[in-house]
Amino acid sequence: MTVFKLYFATLLTLSWRNLWRNHRRTLIMLGAISIGVWAMIFMTALMRGMVDDMLDQGIRNLPGQIQIQHPEFLDDPSVVNNIPEPQGELLAALNQPGLKRWATRIKVPAVIASERESRGVTLLGVEPDAEPDITGIPARVIEGRFLQSNQDDGIVIDAKLAERLETRLGKRVVLMSQDPENNISERGFRIVGIYRTRLPGVEQFDVYAAKDTLQELLRIEGRVSQIVLVDDDYREIENLYQRIRQAAPAGSEVKAWYEIDTYLASMINMMDGFVLVWVIIIFLALSFGLANTLVMSVFERVREIGLIQALGMRPGLIVSQILLESLLLLLIGLVIGNLLAYITVKPLESGLDISVVAEGMAMMGASSMLYPNLTLHDMVLANTVVIILGVLTSILPAWRAARLDPVRALNTI
Amino acid sequence: MINVTLRMAWRNLWRHGRRTWLTIGAMIFSNTLLVFSMSLQFGSYDMMIDNTLQAFSGHIQLQHPRYLDDPKMRYALPGAVATAQRLRDEIGLSSISARAAGFALVSSNDRSYGLQIIGVDADHEPLVSTLPGLVRQGRYLAPAASAEIVIGSVLARNLKVDIGDELTFLGSGYDDSFAAGLVRIVGIFESGFPELDRYMAQINLGYFQDIFAMQGHGHAIVIRARHIEDVDRLNQRISNLESVGDDVAIRDWDALQPGLKQAIQADMTSAWFMYLVLIVLVAFSVLNTQLMSVLERTREFGTMMALGLKPSRLSRLVLLETGLMAGVGLIMGIVAGALITWYFSEAGFSYPGMEEMAVKFNLPDRMYPAISAISLTLGPGVVALGSLLAAIYPATRLYLLLPIEAMRAA
Repeated sequence: MTVFKLYFATLLTLSWRNLWRNHRRTLIMLGAISIGVWAMIFMTALMRGMVDDMLDQGIRNLPGQIQIQHPEFLDDPSVVNNIPEPQGELLAALNQPGLKRWATRIKVPAVIASERESRGVTLLGVEPDAEPDITGIPARVIEGRFLQSNQDDGIVIDAKLAERLETRLGKRVVLMSQDPENNISERGFRIVGIYRTRLPGVEQFDVYAAKDTLQELLRIEGRVSQIVLVDDDYREIENLYQRIRQAAPAGSEVKAWYEIDTYLASMINMMDGFVLVWVIIIFLALSFGLANTLVMSVFERVREIGLIQALGMRPGLIVSQILLESLLLLLIGLVIGNLLAYITVKPLESGLDISVVAEGMAMMGASSMLYPNLTLHDMVLANTVVIILGVLTSILPAWRAARLDPVRALNTI
Repeated sequence: MINVTLRMAWRNLWRHGRRTWLTIGAMIFSNTLLVFSMSLQFGSYDMMIDNTLQAFSGHIQLQHPRYLDDPKMRYALPGAVATAQRLRDEIGLSSISARAAGFALVSSNDRSYGLQIIGVDADHEPLVSTLPGLVRQGRYLAPAASAEIVIGSVLARNLKVDIGDELTFLGSGYDDSFAAGLVRIVGIFESGFPELDRYMAQINLGYFQDIFAMQGHGHAIVIRARHIEDVDRLNQRISNLESVGDDVAIRDWDALQPGLKQAIQADMTSAWFMYLVLIVLVAFSVLNTQLMSVLERTREFGTMMALGLKPSRLSRLVLLETGLMAGVGLIMGIVAGALITWYFSEAGFSYPGMEEMAVKFNLPDRMYPAISAISLTLGPGVVALGSLLAAIYPATRLYLLLPIEAMRAA
């Protein structure tokens, strides 16, 4: 054991000193590794941030991480496809501790008409208390107030929609929809609040009203379109999902966000794939330089290696020494690269304004602020790939060095 | 003279074959990747633009100046049909069509939905939009026939209607009068765009003008250019026409679909960041190689200078060596990149998650990279340039060389 320690200490010293015999080459290679590692982590953090934002927005738009609804509702969002408000087993499952928030919602197509204009909209009957956790719309009210109770008889509409309708806060508008018997149900509502989404300028067609008020208008007392559930982490909802599935009554269907919006679900996998491909591509671009550096450094030392071989150093130790050299180089590069990434990403975490391309980001489902997300998982992945593949790349030059014939090597000029 | 330097540079390169190949290898790797991913990128942009614009909005639209920001019925274009005909004659392009748009509550026996009704010129609409060709059931509108309607597939499902069923629609007309009509469904289209399939219905423009009391007005004249590159030129020609007055705004696709260009820009920016990192890494590789090769030749260069060679000649030699390496990397990279790209442009390219993405961005579920002069040469060109820039530092070191000391160097 002590012998091994001694060997190791000597090898380490040898490798370290060898590394700095040609400091220019080492520094250039360190520069390349650092930039490569920085780029791996920096880019990943940006993309990760964008995808997280897309998922967060996407789930808020659905809304909810889990939805319970009539099996036909997603395809045909009509008032006919309703379900009873939760009771019995389902209610008990929903009220179990651990679930962050659940709420019932009504969602029907409707027509909104001001004195001058009319528009097709989606009329939502919500429980105002739960909205901050479910869609976050109450925080986006810029004028007036959000709905205050399930019986509130006002409505909250989007700023751009208000502009199109040539109406404003405090005015009355007429909402028209159908009850399950196909009778037109209509009534006047006062606009009590105006909201603006994270994507200003794009008209939103969601009109918020209180749940009980809509049940009365649509003559569906005791029935709703959806029950939506929100938990703390959208990635970890499997247990909840299974539990709710068990408890849901016949005639309703439980779906998780990744089943409702497959684009969102595919984003997570695609992102993981992207990170791996990106890290490997950068590594490959680096590997040529790394191999080059080692090949050169062995080439310059042919005589020397011959000599220490003649003096009795075994090939295994020569391989170890050169691998150690490459490992040291990689480790220093990784430390610098990680630090660089950390200090460049941290200041950006308060948000990077990319509103120049806001509408383009909207097309992808992301908002105009980018919040980079430096995750431990991605950093570990990048570092592991670089170390493992880096050592693999170094094996060939190291092995060639160990296979030198001492006599010939000593006679090389 | 040049020949001697060239031969010397070439031979110098192969004094360390392995090192040269590793450096060239880095170039080939990057160049291949750049060629392929740029072809893929440009190919998908073209497809995204074409698919999105051809479906409905067209490349250019003439509108009332306020209509784009505020698409209200009263911001109409007088004599739209006549203007469209004049444009067709004056420009010599037939893919120009007039439209009008209005909001109406559309009802079947069971259901009602509020939606956008478009009045189209059934003769020319198929030339500007792919929608008429996407009618999956029944047929498109017959020219000038009234009381016919085509609707999207999702809308048909939601209204619970089929070909031959009747729909009533209610809305308000241009003069705020009451507009109502009874129409028969003659076709159901399936575009793959959720917004169109869910919220769009088309009727004949003449019928629309009657029902909505448009007094011959329309809301847009839609122009589809032969190629996206023609748009600027077309735009220029239209604005020079006398028949197009100042009271008409010319909107190109960028204004009509601002999200599209920005999505491309955002994607380009991130792509360029990635390309740049690759290029910088190659440059580092070249810098390392050339600096080493200059340093190990200190004695040799000292001797050459003592023999009367000027430092400028030596640094040209080093740059020439780099240029040769870059040239080999460039050619082999382009060839490899072109081969891979060509393979995928035949076989198609797809990756996991692409199908969902394709639906979102109106792309087919396999991508076919487009080889173009730009995608072939841009990346490798910049890599070669970056390599030459990286060789400047080693090359300038030669000016600091003192022959006597250099010859004594170890």
